[in-house]
Parts: sequence; structure tokens; C-alpha cells
Amino acid sequence: MYPFDYHRCASAEEAKALLAELGDGRLLAGGQSLLPMMKLRFVMTGNVIDLRDCEELRGIDIGSGAVTIGAMTRHVDVASSKELATALPVLAELAGGIGDPLVRAQGTMGGSIANNDPAADYPAACLGLGATILTTAGEIAADDFFLGVFETALAEGELVTGVRYPVPAAAAYMKFRHPASRFALAGVFVARAMDGLRIAVTGAGSQGVFRWHEAEAALTADFAPEALDGAELDTSDLNSDIHADADYRGHLVRVMAARAVRKILAANR
Amino acid sequence: MREFGIGQSLPRTEDLRLVRGTGRYTDDIAPAGSARMYVLRSQHAFARIGGIAIDAALEVPGVLAILTGADATADGLGGFTSMVRRTGPDGQPNFEPPFAVIARDVTRYVGEPVAVIVAETLNAAKDAAELIEVDYEAQPCVADLALADAPGAPLVWEQCPGNLCVLTEVGDKSATDDAFARAAHVAQVDFRISRVAVSTMEPRTAVAEWSEADQRFTLHASIQNPHMSREQLAGVLGLPSHRIRAVALDVGGGFGLKGVPHPELALVMWAARRVGRPVRWTSERSEGFLADCHARDQIVHAELALDEEARFLGLRVRVKANFGAYLSLAGVHCALGNIGGLSGVYVLPAIHGEIRGLFTHTVPIGPYRGAGRPEASMMIERVIDVAARDLGMDPAELRRRNLIPADRMPYDTGFVFTYDSGDFPASQAKVQEISDWNGFERRRAGAWARGRLRGIGMAHVIEIAAGQLDEMGAIEVDTSGAIAVTTGMQNHGQGHETMYRQLIAEFMHVPPDKVSVRDCDTDQIPYGFGTGGSRSAVVAGFLLETLASKVIAKGKQVAAIMLEVEPDQIDYREGAVFAARDSNRSATLAEVARFAHQPMHLPPGFEGGLSHRQMTRLAGPTFPNGCHVCEVEIDPETGHLDFVGYWVSEDVGKAINPMIVKGQVHGGVVQGLGQALGEYIHYDEEGQLATGSFMDYQMPRALDMPAIGIVSSDTPSRNNPLGIKGCGEGGTVGALPAAMNAIADALGPLGITNFDMPATPQRLWRAIRDAGGMPHAMAAE
Repeated sequence: MYPFDYHRCASAEEAKALLAELGDGRLLAGGQSLLPMMKLRFVMTGNVIDLRDCEELRGIDIGSGAVTIGAMTRHVDVASSKELATALPVLAELAGGIGDPLVRAQGTMGGSIANNDPAADYPAACLGLGATILTTAGEIAADDFFLGVFETALAEGELVTGVRYPVPAAAAYMKFRHPASRFALAGVFVARAMDGLRIAVTGAGSQGVFRWHEAEAALTADFAPEALDGAELDTSDLNSDIHADADYRGHLVRVMAARAVRKILAANR
Repeated sequence: MREFGIGQSLPRTEDLRLVRGTGRYTDDIAPAGSARMYVLRSQHAFARIGGIAIDAALEVPGVLAILTGADATADGLGGFTSMVRRTGPDGQPNFEPPFAVIARDVTRYVGEPVAVIVAETLNAAKDAAELIEVDYEAQPCVADLALADAPGAPLVWEQCPGNLCVLTEVGDKSATDDAFARAAHVAQVDFRISRVAVSTMEPRTAVAEWSEADQRFTLHASIQNPHMSREQLAGVLGLPSHRIRAVALDVGGGFGLKGVPHPELALVMWAARRVGRPVRWTSERSEGFLADCHARDQIVHAELALDEEARFLGLRVRVKANFGAYLSLAGVHCALGNIGGLSGVYVLPAIHGEIRGLFTHTVPIGPYRGAGRPEASMMIERVIDVAARDLGMDPAELRRRNLIPADRMPYDTGFVFTYDSGDFPASQAKVQEISDWNGFERRRAGAWARGRLRGIGMAHVIEIAAGQLDEMGAIEVDTSGAIAVTTGMQNHGQGHETMYRQLIAEFMHVPPDKVSVRDCDTDQIPYGFGTGGSRSAVVAGFLLETLASKVIAKGKQVAAIMLEVEPDQIDYREGAVFAARDSNRSATLAEVARFAHQPMHLPPGFEGGLSHRQMTRLAGPTFPNGCHVCEVEIDPETGHLDFVGYWVSEDVGKAINPMIVKGQVHGGVVQGLGQALGEYIHYDEEGQLATGSFMDYQMPRALDMPAIGIVSSDTPSRNNPLGIKGCGEGGTVGALPAAMNAIADALGPLGITNFDMPATPQRLWRAIRDAGGMPHAMAAE
């Protein structure tokens, strides 16, 4: 690790002010991505601003037709929330499948979204549910938020404060884990909402999370796993590495999508 | 059964210390005034070094010294030598480049030490390392064993055309050729045994101090064999070995990796002497992937000749083994030292093997749980399954028909080994029963109905253990009757301390809490061979029994003086009491020990004290064996593999602690299954490590592993009085072929005849897809 100064603040506004004052500050939420990168000397920063005291950024609020979750809410809190298990079970299940117990005990939803790791789970939930990202500067639709690998629409000095998830009629998330890292090699989030059907794919795309519009159209016409067979998927936009080439990733996206559809159908039966 | 003695599953006495964070690992030691060492490593697999600019780095505050290959040359630093020599292609002794501790003008693998930075803090050392400029002139390299002897492949050493270091033959060529000439059937198979990283939980670590007053080093290190390490290090540093004290405290896993000396041990000592301060070094995980000796990495062709009755006539193997860029202490040994396992548990009249050892631009190969044993077992056990498939036979029946009968023990295989004992038919029958082998086809059909492929695989294990027969030990009884045990064998998680206490309870009737086990320290005992090759239980059983009998005999002499009778009238009884026969006079071990330490009460010339130290030598090695069954299910849609069942029938001879034996089998099996499933070191074409962290290197998780059913099928060894055989490696030796046979069996119905490890989802999915996928007809059956 390179040396740095450590700061703590108790609110998002305070953090924002500190960021502006320091110039080169990095925000520390759960630290499950930032700290390993710092330990490996891949990240160098003069200042780390720890958000752990920002109580206002924690919590799960079940509203009518939507669930709002604070940015500093840990994965374990989302996974074990009884209210969420009723209101939006797919999200609790997704959070319970992130990393391992140590990661879930520290990692936060806001940290995951702001980092936008191309194989993270939360971006798929945001995009799949058509969520709204709440920030210190206002609101950003998930469709406009995730711009590319580790890239978001957040402006300089803007913090994620929470996410508002519309509650869908039905939803499912299926992921195939990377055999080594256990991140998503291909994770597919399928949601049937009032305003239409959405499919978000994480882990597979070379530009990070994306919506699979062809499959959305096919499933809108016929909500059955077989309908996916005809949906195009451009594998030239998919990642290729020693664990999975684009061909295999594309196949896994189809399989996970079909399994998510089957899961929704089985739940409704 | 004696209280706390042999045969009981005593809880491990070291565990409370280890799991509560009160263990003493090398990295816990921070001598006053100690500095930290960081190693700058080569970024190139093969490069000439034009120069190394260190001036800017020396300016970093806190930097004490920066040492390079030029300094090493000036100080006459050598390299580690191979313990085994064979022949090269010209029939002469093979070319033997010692394992260099720091690169001079050329680097030959990514991760090779190029400079050593010593600083007040690790951060300062790392900062300095970033400012060192190495002028590399990169050369084309070869990192893949399959390409090492291809025409035009870059040469690691000019002295070795075709990168061929060792070319040797084993067995009887003409008898084997004859066997194949009259065979009714010949089965053959080609496969690759992947390259893996040992990945001990505790990384390699060392602390060195140079005493100017004593002109002597003290080295604390995470090693398996302080005495042997000390001799190797003395050679590298150009010192007599008594100028080095080597100590291993708690060690968090070794698996053979920490039995071979690595460059950093020498570098940390060299650095300590140069800066005149204690110097500490601990590998980081990413360094470990680069610079820990890797393991396995062989390419095999195997053929089995059978007669009309499916009896084995002969086995022929051709093996290419990767040595890496240098020969580590045990690199050649891993390819050749345990090749005797080829004969398996079978009547196999003729065997011939040709082994080629090749250099590549990769970190040297070293031992890893089994060290050539799993490789040899793969060769015989895989080709048997291929033969069974060819002949349409149950692989269990084919094996049963060819097993060495129990009544032929001891059995000379005619190849390398003579087996001391074992009942292989009984062992196979037991594992077939607990695994419901005969009911498998029903389970396969059930899996097919669920759209899953299912396979079962069997493999017999036999391996040489305690091949190193000698060991030194001491038992010292203090004036309270407490006993200290010292040996040259190091405990790195196996449970030596518990085992020693049970053996002392057995032989001296002293409870575990009165027995202490000394650190493995070259100042505590003059010699020792360390831990490795499944030897400790076998060696310790005989060693401690011998030592205990000497101490008791001495105690009887002392007791005779105390009780005023003749020594031959004294019995040593339960409760650690010396009693005069036919009388009510007796003295406890503590009373006798106290008396023995008061020479004024002893006759003139009588040797005081109650201790004994000696070396012992076993009559011969042992051959732990067993039969493994593995069952797998594969999701053809994703290529995901589940180990759904695993069963072992093991013969470790007499078990000192059955629970520890089971733990050793569990751990061994998991390491074998991990390699079959996905552990896999991959270098790219530039010789860069593509699997250099746990983000890319697939370590198995507990959830990936099946429940393991174990049944004992023990037959006592005839080569030591207690009948102990050893249990450290057999799990791994059996798991690799059992798993690969199970996977082949699952894929067989699709017409897939050759599938290499690792069974990663991508590789399985592709193989299944290329074979046309799982036919609907199968699922409907």
C-alpha cells in the first residue's frame, strides 16, 4: 500500500465537501474492491475518505411499489432483511449470492454500483429492475448510469446515496460463477414489470452490464424459455479470457436467461 | 488399549494453540532492529540484463541496501543443487544448472529474483523497487512443455539442444516389447498432468540474523526440514553448515514445497550479513504464484497389453516432464524418484518407460503431495480404465482379475518396488461395498433422466512411504518426570505433537500433558531428515519406541539403586512406576528421574540423568495403499461438474490416531480433486503467468468437495515393529486418477475418449458440444 491520509465523515454532504477540498480523495464504502487494489499498489491515492459513519446512508425502506435502499447498506443486511424477503425477494437472494460471507459482511450496495465492476451483481439488478440511482446531485436512471467498465454517469464529487427499485410483477436472477473468482461469468436478471420486460446481463459484456434487447422482445412476445432461441446475441461484444471465451459466455447468457424464465414460470405456477 | 496410547482418536493437542491465534509462525518473529527485504523479480521469461540502475532507488529514505547479481558474483553466492542425477541424451550425467538464487546476466523465468532491496520498512523497500531500472533485452521463450522440444524452440540452456536435460529408461524394454507382441489387446491413452501451484496457507517466510560475535547465522523459516535446508544454504553461502542454525517453528502447510530450498532463504541471510541487521521476508500471495516451485506438469503416453483373459502382460509409458528453467533440489526426483508406482497393485510382468526431462522458461518444478506418485498412478490407473472400456468390461472386474493376491506378500513387482504387505482384493471389495459400485448404472440412468451426465471411477493407490529410513530423536526426562521429545521431523500441520504424545503415552505411560515437543531446531538435535514422503508416523513409531525402551532401561538401573534390588528385578508398570518384583517397594518415574539427577547418590562412574538420544534405521520402506471411488455429475448445458460421492478404503497399517489419518486422507483427496477440477497454472506465449492470483487460479472451495466416506482395510507393515505405514500422500495419489476416470466414464457415452484435466466448465462444455451434446435418447432411456 502507498501511504495515504485517512478521513472519516458522518454524512454524504460532509464527504462531498471533503472530496472537493482534498482534490484526490477516494471514497471507502465497504472496501471490498478498493482495499485489495490499494494493497496491490494498483491504486494510489493521497486520501481515503471512510463513509462508515454515514448512518443516513444505511437502511431499507419498503414503499408502495418501490423499495429504497441506502448506499451504505451492506450485502448481508439486504440478504437477511425479512421485509425485503417479502417485498423484493429477488434482490435479497442476489445480495446473498455476492462473494462470500466476509465480503457480504463489509461490502455495500452503493460501493458496488459506484465501482461498476463488469462482473458485479448489483448493476444487473439496477438495470434489470429499471431502478433509479439516488445521488447527492439528484437522480439518475439505471439505463443512463452504467457507462462502461468501472465507468458510471457520476460526476466529479457526486456520491451515490441510495437506489430506488420498482417492485416488478416477477423477477429472477441466475448466475453462473467464474470458477476461480466466483464473480459472475454470466449473470442474467429477468424482470416482468408494469412498464415492460427487462433483461440485464452482467459478467459477460466487454463494456460491463447491458440490456439484452433482442431477448426482451422475444420474451415479450412469448414468455417461454424456448422463445430465447430466436433472440440474437452479438458475441463480438462479449468478453473472452482463459476461463470463458465469447462463444461460451454467449451460450451461458442464453442458459442463465432460460433458467431465470423457468424460475419465474415455476414461481407463478 | 493404553490410556492416550496408540489407536485412539485423541483430539489434536496443537489445535487450541493454532486456531486461537497463539501459534508461533516465522512472520511473528521480529527481532529488535530488524529490517525488511523485498525482492524485485524479472518481468520477462527470458531476457538478457544489460544493466541495473539503482542510484535513484538508493535515495529512498529508509533504504539500507540494494543487492544485485553483480554483488552475488562478487560474494561468490552459489545455487541449490539437485539431489538426484540421471543421464542426458548422450548417456553422460545430465546437465545440471543449479537453482540460482538471483539472476546474473540472464533471467530465465518470470519472477526470478533480479534485485534485493533491504529497508527499514516494507513500503520503503517497495518504493525503492519501483525506482530500479532494469535494462532487459527480451528474448523469445518457451514456457509450454508441449513446445519445449519442438524444432526451433528457444533454448533455455545452450548446453541442452532441444531443451532435453534428462533422457532415461526404466524397466525391461525387450520383455515389454515381447509382451506387446503377443498381446490379444493393446489399450492406449494420451494425457496431460496439469501444472499446479502448491498454495500453502502460510506463505514462505524467513527471518535471518548474523551474529558477528559468534560468526553464525540464525535462520527462522517456514520450512519442512531445517537440517537439510541448512546444508543446502551452507553450500550456497560458502560456509560450513555449523555456521547456520536453522529453526522451523509453526508452519502453515508445506506439501513438499517447503522441503526444497528456495532463493529467498539464501537472499535473506545474505542481506542480513551485508547490512549487519536481522532481515525479515514474507512472500505475498502473488509472489508465491510466481516464485514458489510449481508441481506436476507432465505429458504422458501409456499403453497396456492384455491377453485373451484380460490379464495384464505389459505396460509401456513415454513421459515428458517439465523441469522449469533450473533444477530444484527435487525437480528430477519428481519425474523419476517415484516412478516405481507404475506397477500399481497388479501382477504386471513387464514394464518399460522412457522419461524425458525438459527445460522451459518457467519457475522450477518441485515436489507437491505425492511428488511423482500421483503421476505414476495416473499412468497405470487411467490406461486400465481405457482397456476396460475397449473390452466392454467393468473396470472393477478388470482390476480384480489382475490384483496381486494377499498370500503373495511380500511381493517383488519385478520393476522397482517390493511390497511389504497389503490385501488389495479385500480393499477393493470394501470400497465397492460402501460406494454401492454395483448399483451405479441405476444412478447413471437416474441422472440421465434429469438431463445430467454421471460417471464413476476407481483407482487403486500404492505408494512408497518412509523411503528415507533414518532419523534422530531424543527423549529427556526432567526432575519432575515430564518428558521432552525432540526429533528432526518438523510439524507443519499434520499433528506430530499429538502423535508423539500418544507414542510416549503408549511406551512410557505418561499422560499427554506431561510431554512437551521441542521445536525442530538444528541446535536442539544434530541431525534430522525433516518431514516428507509420508514418513513421520512410520519413522517416529520405531524411533520413539527405541528411545523409550532405552530410557526405561536406564530408569530401571536407577530404580534398582534407589530400591536396593537388582535391575532385573525392576518392572516398569502402568502409571509410570518402577516396581521391585515380589515386594511393595516402588518409585514413580518422577522420583527416579529426580534421583537420577543427583549424582552424589549414584555409585561412582554411574552416568547421571535420564535421557537418551540416538539415530534409528527402519528395516525398509512401507507401502500404504487403498482403493478410491469417485462419482461425478456433469451439467451438459453449462459444463459444471459436481463431485457427488467419494469413497476410500485405506490401508495405512496400524493407525496411531485414526482421526488424524482420516484428516490426512480428506486433505489429500481434496488436493487431488482440486487439480482434476480446476487448479491449473497457465503461462501465455510470452511466458507470463496468466493464473497469478486466486482471481484466476481456481482453488477448490469446501462447497466444491463431496463428503468422503472412509473405511479402514489395514494390514500391518512388516518393515517396522508397530506395523505403521504412513498416510500423508495416499489421498492425493488416488484422487487424481479416480476423478479423471469418473469424468471419462461420464463422458464416455457421448463418444468422448480423451478428456484432459482440468475439468473446468468451459472445457467440459466444449468437449460435450463438440461431441454433439447429450442426445435426447439418452435422457429418455
